[in-house]
Amino acid sequence: MPTVYVNDKPVEIGTRKLNCVQVAELAGTLVPHYCYHPGLSVVASCRMCLVEMGTLKDGKVTMIPKVFPGCQTPVKDGDVIVTGDYEKRDPLTPKLAYDAAYKPGDRAKKSQADTLEGLLLNHPLDCPVCDKAGECKLQDYSYQFGRSQSRLVDEKNTPPNKPELSSKITLFTDRCILCTRCVRFTREISGTAELQVVGRGHHEEIDVFPGRPLENKLSGNVVDLCPVGALGSKDFLYTQRVWYLKTADNVCPGCSTGCSIHTDVNKDVVQRIRARENLDNQGYWICDEGRWGYHYVRSPERIVRPLVKDGAGRKPVAWTELLPKLKYAVDEAVLMSPKRVVVVLSPFLTIEEAFATGSAFKKMSPFVRLVLGPVPVVGEDDSYPKDVKGNPVSPAKFIIRAEKCPNRKGVEAVLAKLQGEVIPFSAVLPEFGSLAAVWFAGGYPNAEWVNEALKAPHSPPALLVVQDFFLTKLAEAATYILPATAAFEKDGTFVNHAGYVQPFPRAAKAPAEARGELQLAFDLGNRKGLATVSTIRKDVAKAMPEYAALADVKVPVGAGKRMELQTV
Amino acid sequence: MASFEPTLLARVDKPNSHRLEGYRADGGYAAFERALKDKQPVDVVTQVKDSGLRGRGGAGFPTGLKWTFLPKDHPGPIYLCINADESEPCTYNNRILMEKDPHQVLEGIMLSCYAIKSPVAYFYIRYEYGTAYRTLQAAIDELYDAKLLGKNINGTNFSLDIYLHRGAGAYICGEETGLIESLEGKRAWPRIKPPFPAIEGAFRKPTIVNNVETMACVTQILRRGNDWFKSLGVPPDPKNPRDAGSYGPKLYTIAGHVNEPKCVELPMGVTCRDLVEKHGGGVWKGRKAKTVNPGGLSMGFLDCNSPLKGEDGKTEYDIPLDFNGPGKVGCLGLGTAAVTVVDDQTSMVDVLHNVCQFFSHESCGQCTPCREGTGWMLKILERMRRGKGRKDDLDVLVDVADRIGIIPGTTICGLSDGAGWPVKTAIRKFRAEFEAAIEAKTASKYAKLQMVGAH
Repeated sequence: MPTVYVNDKPVEIGTRKLNCVQVAELAGTLVPHYCYHPGLSVVASCRMCLVEMGTLKDGKVTMIPKVFPGCQTPVKDGDVIVTGDYEKRDPLTPKLAYDAAYKPGDRAKKSQADTLEGLLLNHPLDCPVCDKAGECKLQDYSYQFGRSQSRLVDEKNTPPNKPELSSKITLFTDRCILCTRCVRFTREISGTAELQVVGRGHHEEIDVFPGRPLENKLSGNVVDLCPVGALGSKDFLYTQRVWYLKTADNVCPGCSTGCSIHTDVNKDVVQRIRARENLDNQGYWICDEGRWGYHYVRSPERIVRPLVKDGAGRKPVAWTELLPKLKYAVDEAVLMSPKRVVVVLSPFLTIEEAFATGSAFKKMSPFVRLVLGPVPVVGEDDSYPKDVKGNPVSPAKFIIRAEKCPNRKGVEAVLAKLQGEVIPFSAVLPEFGSLAAVWFAGGYPNAEWVNEALKAPHSPPALLVVQDFFLTKLAEAATYILPATAAFEKDGTFVNHAGYVQPFPRAAKAPAEARGELQLAFDLGNRKGLATVSTIRKDVAKAMPEYAALADVKVPVGAGKRMELQTV
Repeated sequence: MASFEPTLLARVDKPNSHRLEGYRADGGYAAFERALKDKQPVDVVTQVKDSGLRGRGGAGFPTGLKWTFLPKDHPGPIYLCINADESEPCTYNNRILMEKDPHQVLEGIMLSCYAIKSPVAYFYIRYEYGTAYRTLQAAIDELYDAKLLGKNINGTNFSLDIYLHRGAGAYICGEETGLIESLEGKRAWPRIKPPFPAIEGAFRKPTIVNNVETMACVTQILRRGNDWFKSLGVPPDPKNPRDAGSYGPKLYTIAGHVNEPKCVELPMGVTCRDLVEKHGGGVWKGRKAKTVNPGGLSMGFLDCNSPLKGEDGKTEYDIPLDFNGPGKVGCLGLGTAAVTVVDDQTSMVDVLHNVCQFFSHESCGQCTPCREGTGWMLKILERMRRGKGRKDDLDVLVDVADRIGIIPGTTICGLSDGAGWPVKTAIRKFRAEFEAAIEAKTASKYAKLQMVGAH
């Protein structure tokens, strides 16, 4: 078995093609790096990942008397890697047979400290006002690998900041360490190539061509990629200190890709969305729609408490008062004419919610019809990278789906299970006014999508219950309007366009007077006990064998703990 | 030595030396036509390899050996790039060849392309060489008219196109992979190696990058044979197993504080003193040489008054200028063989400031150590020149100069080796002078002068 030694520790690499950074990671050693990113091409220019290399032959180690960039150097059987952290290795690991005069790790350690000294020469050290402070790789590595003092006594370069770089992103030019991750991203992933390096030597800057700002649908990724505080999202700028944020590993509800995301929350307010590396799903990136599309959650227009029709208008009502009335009205409709009761399940519902709501109604009467809510489709799938003319280039590295809901497949699977068929919303639209009761579950983050689905004027059914985020035309006609909860505000499971199942935890609490869809299903079905996602998952697992694994998913309590930035 | 007949520069003073007819009259292109008729490509490669020709661009890598690194039986195309981005300060030996005898260079290119089976050669010439560009273009046009370039030259299967490409004025474009990037229309950021250009170079095809003077040497080797080539220069040092010898004629340029700055052709191994005193007319204004740059700024400085160990009466001024010589006195190598003389009235602080200004301006800025290091060294020298130097600065300068470059392994290309070498050699050899300058706290008389762009 091919073996590589990292700080004396043997690592079996098998047939994998790995570089030193990756092998060190397997050995549990961090090789710090800035320019290297597994999703981008290797340029080996930041020179932070310098390691010492040698070979083990016949029990003797021959080291090469220079340092190598770990990200660029592939490893093969018998290679010996010594990092700057050699002293911190496990003392129980047997030491390899180095030359007596060779001091393992000294050269790499000095080189890394030198690189950091260089990076900090023209860095303004304005950490107290920098948004990145606390999750900044320059801070972290300086602390871990750098010197405590700079020997620079001359003036630092002070290039001007560039807030006009993009409508969404600002550039603090002086903080930049020229790792060129952002430049490579726009060239290799989005293909739009807005960013470039201008100038030479220590007067080099990231910039855009005049009149061609950084505007593409993936632009926000450069903020995630930036290892320092140079590229800032204007949306997040100066709003939070990152150490107050709690992070949950969520799933983006923006389209049917269902990108894996980090949701950063402070005091139950979603502050920021970041990409979460998931090679099984979308890869390393997310789109701007998903990144900055969370604002509906804290919109002042959001329905945050139940409302009941009151003459021409509507008035808030307490759940305690509302629930008996609501239950009575639903029960009555089901009892009188179950076939004319329709439950519309939004494709924004989680599997658990769809299953709980659907089965509660089916339990009342098997004749109640469960319908898949309108599936919003906007334009066409948008594939990246683009060429200079804006046409997609194959192979696609990132696709923004036209289907703007996260869980159509999941809801369809539930519907197929509970009633054997998936009835589209358009099928019940002709008889909409003559129905006895229609219950809209889940809601839509964009009111327009609902308005569009009900374009033609329809007289409302006798009983119309609408759960939604905003006062759509449909909600305006409803007898009861219930607040919906967003994907960030619940535990659940989404199934993406490719059938990839992702359970995810809650990141924030729903508004105080909102009632979760699960709880509501329990209330309607007279079910006792805690309405938690694990209870329903057990039911789902029992009813639908393909989701059996859901029964074992552990749900983190609360909003989850803060995670390290994974896309380092 | 006096009897030496120049070969590379033999034709430069002739009228119409740059025209095809003149070159033909002097036996030009006979070697190419003979090779095309009688020799296999591999024979040419072998001959160049056996001649011991080492690249004239600066690193002195054996040319024939480089050619053999090309993949065997590659479906092609293989490219040849000619590096005429001659940007090392005080270097102008390629320029004379291109302006005065372009056909000698072009014949070398044609022979080389035949040897490495390349159908296309890209001649990358720096922007500042306007005359050379026009002369070369006219020469290439003449060759196309004479059917010596194009499809099926002389009725053989060999076809060749030569494209002249003008750079846009950056030192880094002379680094071979920087040159390739620039040729491809990108920013001239040197590539990470491996893969080396011989495996994957211009347009992702195997590529050989050779210097202009190397090409001229190839012409002469094919014309006059290996015996002639090996009769000139210095054989390998038996004490140094890695020395491949320094054979053949070499163009030396003499610049700086000399009476007659010029480009001369001499066999390899002439001493620095001979070159300056005999061929350059001695140091100007009757002064003495304080320091000499043996081969372009990036090679570092030698101290003309520092005695050479083990050799009585000789100083560093007496080192032979072959590929091996400058290294013996702490310099990086022969480089471009551009000898720059600094007289004893000039302050080393000013000299070093000038050097740092150059490298700071020309650093491509890709690798952190070089980008920040060259800038930092300039800032320190800038301050020192204003009379605000500190003793610690010298240690910082040496530390920074020592840690940047491909030799310690901290950068992608050799630019920063070249940026560090003059700094560390100057400070190590002239430390007392620097310390005195810091102690005196007086500003340099040039401190107020600002550099201006050439264009």
